[in-house]
Amino acid sequence: MTDAALTPTETQESWFHRNQQAIAPWLFLAPGILFFLFYVIFPIFQSFGLSLYEWDGLGEAEYVGLRHYEDLYWEWVDRDAFYISLKNNVLWLLLYLLAIPGGLFIALFLNQTVAGIRLYKSLFFFPFVISQVVVGLVFTWFYDPTFGLLNTMLGAVGLGPINLLGNENTVTYGIILAGLWPQTAYCMILYLTGLNAVDPEQIEAGRLDGAKGWRMLWHIILPQLRPATFIAFVVTIIGALRSFDLISIMTAGGPFGSSRVLAFYMFEVALSEYGFRMGYGAAIAVVLFLIMMVFIAYFLWSMYREEREH
Amino acid sequence: MFPKPIETQSAAAQTLYKTALPVALLLWLAPLLAVALFSVKPGADFSNANYWGLPSAFAVAENYGAVFLQSDMPRYLLNSFMITIPTVIGAVALSCMTGFALGIYKFRGNIWIFFMFVAGNFVPFQILMVPVRDLTLELGLYNTKTGLVLFHIAFQTGFCTLFMRNFIRALPFELIEAARVEGISEWRIFWYVVLPLMKPAIAALSVLIFTFIWNDYFWAVVLTQGPESQPVTAGITAFNSEYRAMYHLMSAGSLVAALPPVAMFFLMQKHFIAGLTLGAVK
Repeated sequence: MTDAALTPTETQESWFHRNQQAIAPWLFLAPGILFFLFYVIFPIFQSFGLSLYEWDGLGEAEYVGLRHYEDLYWEWVDRDAFYISLKNNVLWLLLYLLAIPGGLFIALFLNQTVAGIRLYKSLFFFPFVISQVVVGLVFTWFYDPTFGLLNTMLGAVGLGPINLLGNENTVTYGIILAGLWPQTAYCMILYLTGLNAVDPEQIEAGRLDGAKGWRMLWHIILPQLRPATFIAFVVTIIGALRSFDLISIMTAGGPFGSSRVLAFYMFEVALSEYGFRMGYGAAIAVVLFLIMMVFIAYFLWSMYREEREH
Repeated sequence: MFPKPIETQSAAAQTLYKTALPVALLLWLAPLLAVALFSVKPGADFSNANYWGLPSAFAVAENYGAVFLQSDMPRYLLNSFMITIPTVIGAVALSCMTGFALGIYKFRGNIWIFFMFVAGNFVPFQILMVPVRDLTLELGLYNTKTGLVLFHIAFQTGFCTLFMRNFIRALPFELIEAARVEGISEWRIFWYVVLPLMKPAIAALSVLIFTFIWNDYFWAVVLTQGPESQPVTAGITAFNSEYRAMYHLMSAGSLVAALPPVAMFFLMQKHFIAGLTLGAVK
């Protein structure tokens, strides 16, 4: 796209030249916006629409209004699926937040300047770089009741064996623990970066005032780590509500659907051997979307306040 | 420095710290080290229930050889590269332009377009799943690498735009004003003035997107089916059903699948972390 390509005639050239600062941003935005509209924004609205229809993905779609939502609310179609998924989502959300203090703890532990500390930091960050699929496999073997490392360790102290993933009451905790591994690493890296930028003068001033340990952390360090904490909250909350890979790999929602979350339940309903109930699946997706939208709106509002300050 | 540098503490505390480091690391990586150990054991060890003893022999060549020569693994790896690399190029190219437009120009609706990209980047995949699958089917791209690439480019543009726009806003605006006074066209300002300054952001985004896309599992399952187009994340699950009880091969396969992003991370560590922690420091 050179000037020559844009200037077939003199008049156009001057018109474009006069207005180029008004037109240019839209030309730069066009390809990105088009892609994003077709693959992200329109599909959201289509899913809302689809949730009002009965559709198997192939034949005619039949309008059913809000029936899918009623079915979900009363659990008329899948007994004990929707509320168990919802309950597990809440569990994920609450327990996943442990990654934030966990990451801060490891960051404080590693925030030293001894020889080789850089390599330690990288190796601690390792779990975040590998795929959740591999994390899921690794933890499945870790928990395995016959040969897993966990039960080998428990056996050494005379406990166990426990079958964490085979028990309806413990399975979700087992999967969340696997998810906390990479997520804690992510929060750790955020805090390590934040700790690098902490103002040394304030620390000195605090030390002169006799602040130590916990008090120093709470009153002087944490306020300066606020931006890192904000990002840690955003990525952890989104990560918790998006959890799908680990559940799919480790238990496929089992045993007896006890480890399902909304994201997995939706996938099961719309794209698996349990049939292709696209409309019903879309209704589940809409519920999950609305839950996430509460958080997204809050994040955007925080960003908007930041923007206004600048 | 917080906490207090360990050098200022007693000798005992220093020794304790230096012992605690490797112990903590071993515990932290234990699940992964176990898999690494499994991957060098011969199959016979597993049938003899020798899970945790020393390997009776080192079977590195046999196990990894089997993964590379007797399974679909190389094909899945190649697919992953063929999906990941075009996605990185496409998403970075689009977001250089969108980030430039949103970061440099003041026009009505600027912030709303920016928020559309940010919000879209956070939505749950399930709300897109059925319509995106239909769109891909209609385009005749279901079960092709192209179908997967197009979606990934579009979706990643959200995150990349957020990143690029914030990066560009931190650049000295006088440069652009000076160029405008010289009468340089907007396209040339983008190409010759701003783009060269964006190199660190481009590097950071490239490594991050490479990792995200390489590790994607959900869309691989939704949009592709067989070894001819599936990336390694979906492939490893097929591998899993094929070699269910052959832990030595499964372990080797999993490690191979995890390796490229790990290598990328170690090569480009600085950029990777700069990208992930953007905004963590004011």
